[in-house]
Amino acid sequence: MRSLSAVPMRVAQSLRWFAHIWRSLRRSRQGTIGLMIVIVHMFIAVASPYIVPYAHHDIDGKNRLAAPSAEHPFGTDSFGRDLFTRVLLGGRAAIGVALLAAAIAVLWGGLLGILLAFIGGRVDEVLMRLVDALLAIPGLLVVLLIVVALGTGFSVLILTLGYAYGVTTVRVARGAALGYVASDFITAARARGERKTNIVLRELIPNLLDVLLVEYVMRASWALTAISSLSYLGFGIAPPTPDWGRMVFENQVMLAISPWGTLFPVFALASLIIGINLAGDALSKAIGLDRSQEAPT
Amino acid sequence: MSQKLLEVEGLTTGFRTQAGQVLQVLRNVSLEMQRGETLGLVGESGCGKTTFGMTLLGHLRPGGQVMAGSVRFEGVDLFGLGPDELAKIRGQRVAVIPQSASSALTPTMRVGEQIAEVLTLHLGLAGAELQERVLELLTRVHLPQVVELVRRFPHELSGGQLQRVAIAMGLAGKPELLVLDEPTTGLDVTTQAHILDLLREIQESTGTAMLYISHDMGAIARVCDRLAVMYAGEIVEDGAIDDVFADPVHPYTRGLLGSVPRLSYAGLPQAMAGRPPAPGEDAVGCAFVPRCAFADETCKTIDPALEATSRAGAIPHLVQCHHWQRVLASGASGQMRDLKARMEQDAEAEPLLELTEVDITYAKRGLAALVARWRNEPEPPTTVSGFTITIHRGETLALVGESGSGKSTIARTIAGLLPPRAGQIDFGGQDLASAVEGRPAEMHRKIQIIFQNPDASLNPRHTVKQILDAPLRLYFEMDGKGRLDRSGALLEEVRLTPRYLERHPGQMSGGEKQRVAVARAFAAEPDLVLCDEVTSALDVSVQAAVLELLAGLQANRGAAYLFISHDLAVVRAIADRVAVLYQGRICEVGPVAEIYAPPYHPYTETLLAAVPEPAPGARAQLLAKDVPEAEPPTRGCCFQRRCPRRIGSICDDEAPPSQFVAEGHIIRCHIPLADLGESQVDLISPAEIATQGAVVDGK
Repeated sequence: MRSLSAVPMRVAQSLRWFAHIWRSLRRSRQGTIGLMIVIVHMFIAVASPYIVPYAHHDIDGKNRLAAPSAEHPFGTDSFGRDLFTRVLLGGRAAIGVALLAAAIAVLWGGLLGILLAFIGGRVDEVLMRLVDALLAIPGLLVVLLIVVALGTGFSVLILTLGYAYGVTTVRVARGAALGYVASDFITAARARGERKTNIVLRELIPNLLDVLLVEYVMRASWALTAISSLSYLGFGIAPPTPDWGRMVFENQVMLAISPWGTLFPVFALASLIIGINLAGDALSKAIGLDRSQEAPT
Repeated sequence: MSQKLLEVEGLTTGFRTQAGQVLQVLRNVSLEMQRGETLGLVGESGCGKTTFGMTLLGHLRPGGQVMAGSVRFEGVDLFGLGPDELAKIRGQRVAVIPQSASSALTPTMRVGEQIAEVLTLHLGLAGAELQERVLELLTRVHLPQVVELVRRFPHELSGGQLQRVAIAMGLAGKPELLVLDEPTTGLDVTTQAHILDLLREIQESTGTAMLYISHDMGAIARVCDRLAVMYAGEIVEDGAIDDVFADPVHPYTRGLLGSVPRLSYAGLPQAMAGRPPAPGEDAVGCAFVPRCAFADETCKTIDPALEATSRAGAIPHLVQCHHWQRVLASGASGQMRDLKARMEQDAEAEPLLELTEVDITYAKRGLAALVARWRNEPEPPTTVSGFTITIHRGETLALVGESGSGKSTIARTIAGLLPPRAGQIDFGGQDLASAVEGRPAEMHRKIQIIFQNPDASLNPRHTVKQILDAPLRLYFEMDGKGRLDRSGALLEEVRLTPRYLERHPGQMSGGEKQRVAVARAFAAEPDLVLCDEVTSALDVSVQAAVLELLAGLQANRGAAYLFISHDLAVVRAIADRVAVLYQGRICEVGPVAEIYAPPYHPYTETLLAAVPEPAPGARAQLLAKDVPEAEPPTRGCCFQRRCPRRIGSICDDEAPPSQFVAEGHIIRCHIPLADLGESQVDLISPAEIATQGAVVDGK
């Protein structure tokens, strides 16, 4: 039993950890820029319902396909809906799904990867070949298949993406954990007679938290791309909820006449993904990981 | 052209921190080297030795800058040269031989090609001439079968062979100055002896000047004519090696020399308190003040300058100390103390751990073993074979041997991490389960391990508090308050303060980390502590302190040690009994005094002969070749292939008998004891060293 006094110590420790990560991010210019972009996006995602000038479904029949003006800062779409409102609201669902999906991915994928590295032997061998087989199928294809079969819905999207990206995380987490499994402090814990759960929880996982954090950031970025692609194809966030991917699809036929309906959502999505990637790269560099070899599936 | 090969004048270098501060690394270093001179550079880690060595190639680490002074090689200021001109000097006129040859060589390139590359680059050689020169260079460094060797990849060579290849590469451009950065650190003692011999020979035949950077006083004594001592980025003493070793005048040099354990002396070396200041930490005055017994107000306020001592000689003797005359007059330099109350060899001492005919193998198990058998793969010879030994309560049994001799394997087996293939292990009269999981908690508590490298054995994410909590939580019923008090007390016991509780390993020095590792082991109140090369990753000064700590803890707590080491001088300082191991087989076992006196087992003799003693003139003998052996022979004596005293086919065919020399002293060899007694190896007696003045017994 841990005494209660240990709890504030733990909290203080995690605070220190975050402070350390914050500092290392701020040290790189790219990281700072990325972080700023992400913070702006997160603020908009949270606050947009209170700051948008119209409801996302309000139709201004007189102003269809309008160019940006004082009344409609980003213009309107073919129905006369305000694009500024829709762009500001359009990230909420996708970001929410991406963050939750990435959390699920890192949770199960990370845990399984670490356990496999720790257990080793035949279990590891067999399961990793299975992971290899699953990884051979492009992620988006798998997600598309499941979504088509089970239908679109937030829970289906979150779970499907959480599963698909978790498979990649198994690999990454296992690789990172392998570097520690053979180290002397784990050997020391074994020789001391520590229980295996304690070795994994107390000795191994604290060393992998930063890898998992970077992994979370990157999976969230991929998941966001994936959701937007699905929405574009009509399998992601279902109307009437505004969504960037969907908006690009809806407005692309008008691209030649009125590019605003395509441009603004694309800019919003691109800036967020670039922001996450800049922050993620700076983060991984700060904690000594090289992500340059890793490409999205 | 000036006679001086190298002139470093007032060199001050620094680097810029993230906060924008410029911290000094080298401070006002002035030093000259004549042609053909061999200069040793010693100092603890972090004193700027390597940084200095690299400036001789006009190189600074990224972010580094020259703040003042110059490095002139034959009159040319290296830091005033452009990249192209520097490239012409590097490798061709000044070459560096790095510490770790295995990481300095490209793993995917054949050895021959790598040397050829240097020759083409610097001398423009090609074709047959090039090939010939490559072979010549490899022969020059005494590598065998050079024709085949050029086609090998670095991973196919042993550590000693790689170091020879690195030396050959260094020599390829026929440089006038070789910078050797810890070239023998990490090599076995016999291999080191051969490399040192080779360096000396190269120096004598080619007249190449050498800067030999090392923390190993013995190696320096073997190779160098002159010695410079570096502390906190400054040269504090500089003089002929005989002068400096015989009577060092800087307190730091005295401290360093005193902390080196000696083969010829059965006592603990004197530890030096404190650690060198990190860049930017030092204030005004002499940097050594906090660790100096001679320091006074003058030292705290006025920077001492390098001045000549009164000693006359071909090489001027310089020292940077306000009180060198007082230091010199104080007489005794490094004092050695026999702190450790040696266990009397007592037949009635209660046995604690008994290993009987233990065989250990890394052979495949389970399914993989069946597959191997089905494929008719030959079974690999056992790593450790017929290992029988007893450790008594409260004694220190040392296990010595070169790398690969199975020392750590035995420790792992005792700890239950690697089950033996055969044999019996008893602990305190009880049968000890082979796997750690099968042992009761009480057994876990009684057997503790301390590892070689505290960086690896302490979890970098844990605070010292968490590290010490682990054994307390496991073995004792204690509440949080109790554990906190106990942790604090343990830290006091290893001479740290409870202030360290909140620190992470990354915030401590190597010696401090190893103390925490020692505290963790003793938190369990163990009966037996397995010390696996616990001091070999540490500076000599820190090593002396840790040895003293271990000896003190043993005296207070009565724990037994299985002390694994490759360093025979360290073993002599701390062990009660010694077992000499070769290829997982015991060659000789006996009380420490017996082991270090004839008759020797030929392997023990080889090892002892190879140890470089930190005394000029003490030249080691090379008895056996440093041919690495991957596997022990299947029958006969394990040392048959390298034995300098082989007597014939009996050595190949029959297992050597155990010959009883004295109470508890056994030598396994076919050679009669009377013959073994006539050894060529004669350890310099303490009296002899005392007359040289390097060590004065604390009488």
